[in-house]
Amino acid sequence: MKFTLSWLKEHLETEASLDEITTALTDLGLEVEGVENPAEQLAPFLIAHVTEAKPHPNADRLQICMVDAGDGKPVQVICGAPNARAGMKGVFAPAGAYVPGTDLLLKAGKIRGEESNGMLCSEREMGLSEDHDGIIDLPADAPVGAGFAAWKGLDDPVIEIAITPNRGDCLGVHGIARDLAARGLGRLKPFDATPVPGTYPAPIAWARAADIGDDCPYVAGRHFRGVRNGPSPDWLQKRLKAIGLRPISALVDITNLVTHDLGRPLHVFDAAKVKGETLTMAKAEGGEEILALDGRTYRLEAGMTVIVDGNGPQGIGGIMGGELSGCTEETTKVFLEAALFDPTRVAETGRKLGIDSDARYRFERGVDPASVDWAVEVAARLILELCGGEASEITRDGAQPDVTREITLNPAKLKSFGGADVPGEEAAGILERLGFKTRIADASITAVPPTWRPDIEHEHCLIEEVLRVHGFDAVPAVSLVRADGTLPQPILTLLQRRTGFAKRTLATRGMLEAVTWSFMPRAAAERFGGGDAAMQLANPISADLDAMRPSILPNLLSAARRNIDRGHADPALFEAGPAFRARGEDGQDLVVAGLRAGKTGPRHWAEAPRDVDAFDAKADVEAVLAACGAPVDKLQVSTDAPDWYHPGRSGCLRLGPKVLARFGEVHPGILRDYEIRGRVAAFEIFLEAIPEPKAKKSTDKAGAKTRPLLKASTLQPVTRDFAFLVDADVPADKILRAALGADKQLVAAAGVFDIYQGAELEGRKSVAISVTLQPVEKTLTDKEIEAVAARIVANVGKQTGASLRA
Amino acid sequence: MSIDTSQLAEDLIRRVEGAEDLRSLDDIRVEALGKKGRITAEMKQLGQLDAEARKAAGQALNQVKEQVAGAIERRKRDLETAALDAQLAAEAVDVSLPSRPERAGKLHPISQTIDEIVAILGQMGFEVAEGPDIEDDYKNFTALNIPPEHPARQMHDTFYLADEAGGVDMTTVLRTHTSPVQVRTMESREPPIRVIAPGRTYRSDSDMTHTPMFHQVEALVIDKVTHFGHLKGCLQDFCSAYFEVEDVPLRFRPSYFPFTEPSAEVDIGCSRKDGELRIGAGDDWLEILGCGMVHPKVLAMSGIDPDEYQGFAFGMGIERIAMLKYGIPDLRTFFDADLRWLDHYGFAPMEVPTLIRGLS
Repeated sequence: MKFTLSWLKEHLETEASLDEITTALTDLGLEVEGVENPAEQLAPFLIAHVTEAKPHPNADRLQICMVDAGDGKPVQVICGAPNARAGMKGVFAPAGAYVPGTDLLLKAGKIRGEESNGMLCSEREMGLSEDHDGIIDLPADAPVGAGFAAWKGLDDPVIEIAITPNRGDCLGVHGIARDLAARGLGRLKPFDATPVPGTYPAPIAWARAADIGDDCPYVAGRHFRGVRNGPSPDWLQKRLKAIGLRPISALVDITNLVTHDLGRPLHVFDAAKVKGETLTMAKAEGGEEILALDGRTYRLEAGMTVIVDGNGPQGIGGIMGGELSGCTEETTKVFLEAALFDPTRVAETGRKLGIDSDARYRFERGVDPASVDWAVEVAARLILELCGGEASEITRDGAQPDVTREITLNPAKLKSFGGADVPGEEAAGILERLGFKTRIADASITAVPPTWRPDIEHEHCLIEEVLRVHGFDAVPAVSLVRADGTLPQPILTLLQRRTGFAKRTLATRGMLEAVTWSFMPRAAAERFGGGDAAMQLANPISADLDAMRPSILPNLLSAARRNIDRGHADPALFEAGPAFRARGEDGQDLVVAGLRAGKTGPRHWAEAPRDVDAFDAKADVEAVLAACGAPVDKLQVSTDAPDWYHPGRSGCLRLGPKVLARFGEVHPGILRDYEIRGRVAAFEIFLEAIPEPKAKKSTDKAGAKTRPLLKASTLQPVTRDFAFLVDADVPADKILRAALGADKQLVAAAGVFDIYQGAELEGRKSVAISVTLQPVEKTLTDKEIEAVAARIVANVGKQTGASLRA
Repeated sequence: MSIDTSQLAEDLIRRVEGAEDLRSLDDIRVEALGKKGRITAEMKQLGQLDAEARKAAGQALNQVKEQVAGAIERRKRDLETAALDAQLAAEAVDVSLPSRPERAGKLHPISQTIDEIVAILGQMGFEVAEGPDIEDDYKNFTALNIPPEHPARQMHDTFYLADEAGGVDMTTVLRTHTSPVQVRTMESREPPIRVIAPGRTYRSDSDMTHTPMFHQVEALVIDKVTHFGHLKGCLQDFCSAYFEVEDVPLRFRPSYFPFTEPSAEVDIGCSRKDGELRIGAGDDWLEILGCGMVHPKVLAMSGIDPDEYQGFAFGMGIERIAMLKYGIPDLRTFFDADLRWLDHYGFAPMEVPTLIRGLS
């Protein structure tokens, strides 16, 4: 919403400065988005006298002018305008001036060999209009040397404010002035709506179709004859131009003025082009076409509100008039429309047809229902004043909806809800100034909202109005202390804590955290276990972001690829976020996924990097699971990772049927699709699958954090190595578990330190393990050690079919 | 007894001191002190002397023995020190060589910013609540007093999932804010409530300053006494703590949201000089969040009696406040996963923000 300071002062009697006004507007919730004074930009442009004009010796169309801009020292200016002549008054821009219409900085120079020290300007060059037929030709009495903008009355700041959707009443300058007056910035001047008597019966009547109902509850208008349409007067043109509107003709300009001045859209028909004796507010049947005032043809849908005459639709209710019945310079008979339309219907129709108009903007936010009656008077007065002629009596159909309601405000709530110390009388005064009718009884304020405030529904709305005008800044800030005033308590859930542990663990392990889209190309989703129709977006931002991601890995692979292309050979990335299986609350998992691509590091003098492999991913997984408190030593490894992993180099870590994580090298076929060379080790950890820590048996809360007593033996541990021959497909993990299980008291640890698989082993492999025995009570004798070793060999043999390698 | 012990001592000590290495020193030791050594041999001849002379010669020989042994010990130490020096010299490396590579990982600024927000608001007793990204239109819109015809529900603003026929399922949306988490909280718990809901949100928008996915944190307080002044105080305290600027200037501008009344947008004081933005100083304002007292209809729809309970809500963009605090110029770069960006704007994993340790 734009208006000028002088326009505002037509409605507001005020001594306030521009600064005070703009500050108050923002404080009232009418956020000032910009203040621009066109005179500032045009400051260098002076009224000048062309003292001499002679032909340019080297160009037919140019003239050499001597221009006096008031200092008595004429300068030479080359001018190409046909109307430049000696003795005329024009607008001069000296060298150094910025010319807004051409976006150029003027420089002194030579044009076809003759010096030129500035420019005589057209309106287009000054950014004032599209007129470029010649330079501005000012009247003889224009004061030479004066600033053009001030003389022309352009020294009038244009204020632009943002209007929130609930404040349709401020889509006219009058409403804005009312808010400012309520704030105490001056007095609101009433506008003149005294009835204009009609001199003849209206030859065209307004009617509402039987089924139109609340889509158009009320319409009124009147007929005018003997009018002369033409350009509107200068003051009106200037006002419209200042806010970026193009003057068209007096009749159309009047409707635009009332729209922006009073927030009341109107329409004028050329009555001579209306067929029949009634114009009817009706529902479109669907399929009709209308050529609208914007020059485009629209196809109507059933139910849209249209204004119909004997020829068909002549306007789209609340949105735009029709071209065929519109007013032109030749119009002498006019028929006026002032109607109410249902905001929802207008919004819907406007959206479907793709029309943004000043009328739609206001109707969809709610136009004052009382405005129908006063608008026909206001418009009549303007039409008679600017176009002459006479006005008919008023024709109307329907009735102004009764929106009267009483809302009670308990002033104590201004403090208990609003936090502000505003006495009841002051609150009532604010509401009165905003147009409410109030009375105070039994310590409560009963308020009847004005017709132009459909947004006021209940007590909270009144509190908001009072607070807003009183000033949000005047409400004292009160710190929000913890309810019981004690020390802060832990607030994070286990899962939230684990998410943090996971992220920080992986970052500690050298991975960078990424955040990528929750959606991805459908083809990628399909390759990673998703892509169901049910998980597609109906309106994706682009075709390659159309599926909810079933896995984070495709996004990380794309990111890895982009980084590799930029020359970062070995990216290590992770992301913690949702992966989507299905709709609904339980359809998304919190997943921590990561990948390491290429080598383990850069080439280095001390240490050769190697290709990343499944064990890098496994180590990442184990570190995260350990940080999250998962029982890492109890996890089973299975080799059934999904098919985006390398079938022979991947696995799942599970607790029974529950998969906590999967890891491995990414399937080479997928890497080929992503054009990544080398290997990629990746993992996906399902944080929600990690079991909660077992509750302590102790009911003693203080003991809940105590740890079991450390039993650190003082006795030296003993290490023994074993090399087993076993079938190649026996997992090493099984051998270690068998060794550990052979004597749960004594065997403290077991690890694999060598794997050998040679042709001479005939399909078997050699697995060398190192077993640590930890004596508890006394040092082990050789005999006891031998006995444990035998039990280990026996148990491993029994569990895996392994034999000791000779 | 004819031996000249001082000559013997001098001779042996000279030889000890002339030993070139530990081996030859040991040879000398054997030659001097060994079972067949010269001192031992001299000792053996003491028996031939009379008691008086034997005593004197014995003492003299013992003295020689001690002197020689001492000399050997000294020489041994010297030789060992020399050997070690030589070894160390041989072992010298060029310590200007780069150390073995280790990767330094970082946390994304969004994670860190959420942790900072939680650290501050957690201190005020807010818990962290979560909810699904795919929501129903009731919780995302209707329960927040956003009517069916509201422009925010349009397909050019909100992502909808496809229906079975490939059309639009207007009941299933990607949440456009984390407010549905507040609805879930109010539906499932009795007041008093203090929760924040950080998380991913989605809007159909993509240009210089908008991305189709971004993060929000929303806060909700419901009890019997919290009023608009508390909202101001809470945000004042939060902004000062988050931006680490004492008494950061805030401006509450009346605004409109369907789910709050009164509603306000909050601007933070800043200065813009030579393209550099500074928070907390200057005469310019920058919008950072929206807030208000929870609309009574919203309370009622979620089963909370608005005559008994009241409270406030606020919501802000996490990327936005991260950009402001850490001077990150471009929103879109948050989601590029560019290693250079992640490393430059990311946070070391040990930087866990708390109010007592410091946020950043």
